[in-house]
Amino acid sequence: MIDFALIVDVVVLALLLVTALAIARMKDLFAIVMLSGIYGLLSAAFFVSLDAVDVAFTEAAVGAGISPLLFLSVLKLTGRYENSSHSHALFALLLVVVTGLMLVVGTLDMPAFGDPGSPASSHVAVRYLEESAREIDIPNVVTSVLASYRGYDTFGEAVVIFTAAVGVLSLLGLLSGPREGRESPVRMADHLVLRLISEMLIPLILLFALYVQFHGEYGPGGGFQAGVIFAAAIILYSMLFGLHAAQSVARPAVLRALAAIGVLVYGSVGVVSMLSGGTFLDYSVLSDDPVSGQHLGIIVIELGVGVTVASTMILIFFAFTSRSDAAHPESSR
Amino acid sequence: MDTVITIASGVFAVFGIVLILSGGLGVMRLPDFYSRMHAAGVTETLAAFFIVLVLMLEVGWSIGLFKLLFIMLFVLITSPTASHALTKAARHGRLRAEGDDPEAGSP
Repeated sequence: MIDFALIVDVVVLALLLVTALAIARMKDLFAIVMLSGIYGLLSAAFFVSLDAVDVAFTEAAVGAGISPLLFLSVLKLTGRYENSSHSHALFALLLVVVTGLMLVVGTLDMPAFGDPGSPASSHVAVRYLEESAREIDIPNVVTSVLASYRGYDTFGEAVVIFTAAVGVLSLLGLLSGPREGRESPVRMADHLVLRLISEMLIPLILLFALYVQFHGEYGPGGGFQAGVIFAAAIILYSMLFGLHAAQSVARPAVLRALAAIGVLVYGSVGVVSMLSGGTFLDYSVLSDDPVSGQHLGIIVIELGVGVTVASTMILIFFAFTSRSDAAHPESSR
Repeated sequence: MDTVITIASGVFAVFGIVLILSGGLGVMRLPDFYSRMHAAGVTETLAAFFIVLVLMLEVGWSIGLFKLLFIMLFVLITSPTASHALTKAARHGRLRAEGDDPEAGSP
């Protein structure tokens, strides 16, 4: 019997390598952004074949979905082609080769793939897998590890995303969108098909984001993926109907507050659990029954993560796009 | 009944694979952007339809069937729209088709 999983792995990894080489050789940044989206999708496929469906979902939403969009909005500011300066090419090559060799040497010490004695599968992971059904009682163990057992780490990730929003906004600022009364740059009457399809799809995308948000305990999904999908719907709207229309739906001031509120909600859950007599982010004390306390805590912190991620992504997109609209008001699209 | 489903899914799988192959061949061989877009866009939608249909037949009556149905609807709507948007963007960017007369003005 042929091992189909092996063939799929080899093909996907070969495609990843080809894509990476193409990205390294190209000068056209627009094509590079598109290829990086393909790279994200291929990585997602590879993660699926490794049975890491949650990671694959995040990679598909972030790597193939939102980061190319953010890069494209940056490209409008910087121009399409890479500068052809070779001043430090040799030094850069040396640096990359040395770093690559160090990484290769580093991987030699890693345990073999699927090694049962590796730290990742012998340390606390066994306990999480065995006790999750009794202590937290949700079908998706990934969510129980991510949101409850490793709640500190996830809190750190939410803070990192919030910090990204603060960083981008304080560096770029959020210019007010196209001035009132000016003709919208995109005449949507010219794009009948796009307008009809997007009007049909955007509500469905928002609905799907909510499904992913609240279904994270039962299947792949959760706050990160849902936030990104929600943001993608708003970004799609702003690409089609203009920044001004999108900013009147998702007001930047509200988004700024929401990005902070999401992290605040997450941290407050920890404080509330401390006040109820537990340790920080120990959800068991949130309710009389420890298991339903865990459920409550996970739902609330996932909601906090989702709100922060969605508003951060939209804010970063607005920050870049409002810059490029101010720089090239006639070509904004 | 099971054999009917197995045979039907096999036939549909072959349809889908042939369509994807011909689309890929068209993208490789055809001379310019518009005809390549035509090859990819036309075959891709129907191929995705057939392949999801095969998966639906294999899954049988379950929640997975409805999820696949949603995926199929999504692909049927978005894939032609993506082709449309790409081609429109190419036309907007004044990309010429092979054999287009450069003196004839903008398309």
